[in-house]
Amino acid sequence: MARIRLEALRHSYLKQPARDADWALKNVDLQWQDGGAYALLGPSGCGKTTLLSIVSGLLRPTSGRVYFGEEDVTGQPPDRRNIAQVFQFPVVYDTMSVYDNLAFPLRNRGVPPAQVDARVREVAALLDLEAMLAQRAAGLTADGKQKISLGRGLARSDVNVIMFDEPLTVIDPHLKWRLRSKLKELHQRIGMTMIYVTHDQTEAMTFANEVVVMHEGAVVQVGTPVELFERPRHTFVGHFIGSPGMNVLPCEVDNGVPRFAGVPVPTANAATGTRAGARTEIGVRPEFVRFADEGVPVRVVRVADAGRHQVVETRHADTVIRVLLKEHETVPAEHAHLAFDAAFTRLYVDGWVAGETA
Amino acid sequence: MSAKPVNQRAWWLVLPVLLLVAFNAVIPLMTVVNYSVQETFGDNQFFFEGVKWYDEVVNSGRFRDALKRQLLFTGIILAIEVPLGVAIALAMPRRGAWASVCLVLMSMPLLIPWNVVGAMWNILALPDIGLLGWTLNKVGFDYNYTRQPLAAWLTLIAMDVWHWTSLVALLAYAGLSAIPDAYYQAAKIDGASPWAVLRHVQLPKLKHVLTIAVLLRFMDSFMIYTEPVVLTGGGPGNATTLLSIDLVKIALGQFDLGPAAAMSLIYFLIILLLSWVFYQVMTRGEEQA
Amino acid sequence: MSRARWLVPALYIVFLMLPIYWLLAMSFKTTNEILGGFTLWPQRFTLENYRKIFTDPTWYLGYVNSLTYVVINTLLSVAVALPAAYAFSRYRFLGDKHLFFWLLSNRMAPPAVFALPFFQLYSAIGLFDTPIAVALAHCLFNVPLAVWILEGFMSAVPRELDEMAYVDGYPFWRFFLRIFVPAIAAGIGVAAFFCFMFSWVELLLAKTLTSVDAKPIAATMTRTASTSGYELGLLAAAGSLTIVPGAFVIYFVRNYIAKGFSLGRV
Repeated sequence: MARIRLEALRHSYLKQPARDADWALKNVDLQWQDGGAYALLGPSGCGKTTLLSIVSGLLRPTSGRVYFGEEDVTGQPPDRRNIAQVFQFPVVYDTMSVYDNLAFPLRNRGVPPAQVDARVREVAALLDLEAMLAQRAAGLTADGKQKISLGRGLARSDVNVIMFDEPLTVIDPHLKWRLRSKLKELHQRIGMTMIYVTHDQTEAMTFANEVVVMHEGAVVQVGTPVELFERPRHTFVGHFIGSPGMNVLPCEVDNGVPRFAGVPVPTANAATGTRAGARTEIGVRPEFVRFADEGVPVRVVRVADAGRHQVVETRHADTVIRVLLKEHETVPAEHAHLAFDAAFTRLYVDGWVAGETA
Repeated sequence: MSAKPVNQRAWWLVLPVLLLVAFNAVIPLMTVVNYSVQETFGDNQFFFEGVKWYDEVVNSGRFRDALKRQLLFTGIILAIEVPLGVAIALAMPRRGAWASVCLVLMSMPLLIPWNVVGAMWNILALPDIGLLGWTLNKVGFDYNYTRQPLAAWLTLIAMDVWHWTSLVALLAYAGLSAIPDAYYQAAKIDGASPWAVLRHVQLPKLKHVLTIAVLLRFMDSFMIYTEPVVLTGGGPGNATTLLSIDLVKIALGQFDLGPAAAMSLIYFLIILLLSWVFYQVMTRGEEQA
Repeated sequence: MSRARWLVPALYIVFLMLPIYWLLAMSFKTTNEILGGFTLWPQRFTLENYRKIFTDPTWYLGYVNSLTYVVINTLLSVAVALPAAYAFSRYRFLGDKHLFFWLLSNRMAPPAVFALPFFQLYSAIGLFDTPIAVALAHCLFNVPLAVWILEGFMSAVPRELDEMAYVDGYPFWRFFLRIFVPAIAAGIGVAAFFCFMFSWVELLLAKTLTSVDAKPIAATMTRTASTSGYELGLLAAAGSLTIVPGAFVIYFVRNYIAKGFSLGRV
């Protein structure tokens, strides 16, 4: 068991990377504590799978180092790093039984049969696979097979960290939550470090204690789900997390006061760091916008009923602003004004929240 | 994807294929069946003879010998070509420019007209002036495929291996390419040796492709005609007279319609039967994908 | 990749290239040199054999005839296979499974069995000694193959594509030609490649169904071997030339070879 530290990781799949876009990972510095449940969240192509492959040893980074505890493992192959990985689609050895699948990594390492048997049964019990030990692995359902994949990782007693690469991708939607809860339960029971890569924010937010949000090869923010929701450091985080995402309103900063449509908008952070030519925006979640008698003038365009709440789409000129209202609240007819809760409204400069460096 | 809808009008779409193939298959087969149960003394007069021809063919030493030779030939080349093709596919680089070059060069024997393949090896193996023949004799072997049955057989087998192993290799290569990287990665993490990867990941995933390869090679080798005819003419004597060669001799050479027809049907049935057996054996226990 | 592993494909390819090299070498030798003894490469390089082939109609027409029936067969096989494969891929109908298997079973029919019946059949309908006869005869094997390959590729295209086209008001044939065919272009390429391949190389039926007018190059070659007694150089040149179309085709589809052999199904 160890702490995992990533130092100045940069990676490109090309031999001669020239431009910024040629780098899959731009510069990653991260630290993961022992026993934590972490998520790597981001859209396709943001570099999360690359990062995972570097941590597991399947890929050697172009530059930078990976430390497990105090040991520099950057050059070590996967089977010496004591990691386990569960892939996007179930990887099982079709010709073997469930028992033999679970025993495979142990037998490859020369573990004596008695110990193998004990360990396999222990893991099978953990994963509710006991009844199927004698069955051929190929005959199980997708979620059963994913459990076998997971089981192969758990079976080894020397595992430092288990990594999941979008493991619920091929699972039936109505079974996803079952497997997700199982993973959470497992983490609480075993206390092993688990890193979960996904593009689905629900999966990330429900599984992890801490979420690492990635965008275009860089880490944009690291924080608890609540922090990410209430205090996004980058407009991307605000936009990506939450459904609907954060409203982003282009604004001008006039004497230190942000203004949208001429109306001054109070923000939680001070308008520092604005230089000429920078892109300034106001970010506020629909949850923290309400209709008021005065404020930003808008036209109500559409109301979507989402069960327990309503999403009202309003417009000012070309900008769309969404408001989240509870089920029974009345929606103004056509013209209205919006007020923003200052505690959760922030000014962003070139995408980053003003006052904090990138 | 939802289940396919039922639509009887689809028969219109299939009609051209049906007509074309039926014209070529049904009519000739009907002719063959016809001839197989009749006797003719020329002048287009036919007399029904029942199973006389079938009887004669099945009991004929000539047919049995040809069948034995055919079975031996097919057995040997399957035993060589399938493992060899798989081994080559396993050894080839999975990606990159060299893989492309390999694939192109390997495909060449497959597109050479079969008579040219026969002619090529004919010339190659000539004892005094052919590259192979001259070399073998120089090295000390007494080699002459036009006179020695054993030499003829070895040359025939070498020719077929040269000609068709690439088919197995290409099919196996395609099958290997279809294995997602994740399997190799998981095996690495599990600490599996290369042998274990072969046994537990690669070969199982190749099963479907190998079934196709074995079936194709079995069928085609059982029907082989042109290459051996051009290479040895079926000789020396009838040492390399395989089933097709014998049949054509009887049918087009001697115009013995009755026996030829009966032999044709027996031949076809043998292939169908053995193909079915092969297919069942190889897909036994395989679940519907 | 370890050094030793390289040896396997390398040795195999050397093995494959040797007979081809020998054929080429022979084609540049005079008959005298060939029969005179063993030489590893042409001592007196000559283009005489090739000159003969390009100037003598009996020879070059053989190529023309062969290419003619191969092209006709490929076009015909793919054309009729397209709608049939579509039917198998998209619909269920009475007898569909049995029809499909019956089609495939024709691939298992020994050409030797059909030699004589085809000879009689095509003579009876007056098509003996024409490229059409060979093209039609080869359909027996190529059409089932084309249907099998195309059906595999078509099944990989989601049916939603068809449904969208109907919703948008496309009549069937327009949808098929403008939308569907481009979607399975790779499959058509693969099917055409295999049809070309099998028709180009098959010779028993091609010889049986022709005599003078539509004689394929194979027949010319075999007649030369037996009658004029071993003009080996000429034979070698003729053989070498037959490798050219094949090499051409492979070069053009080189990027699709691996994919093609998976037939969209593996």
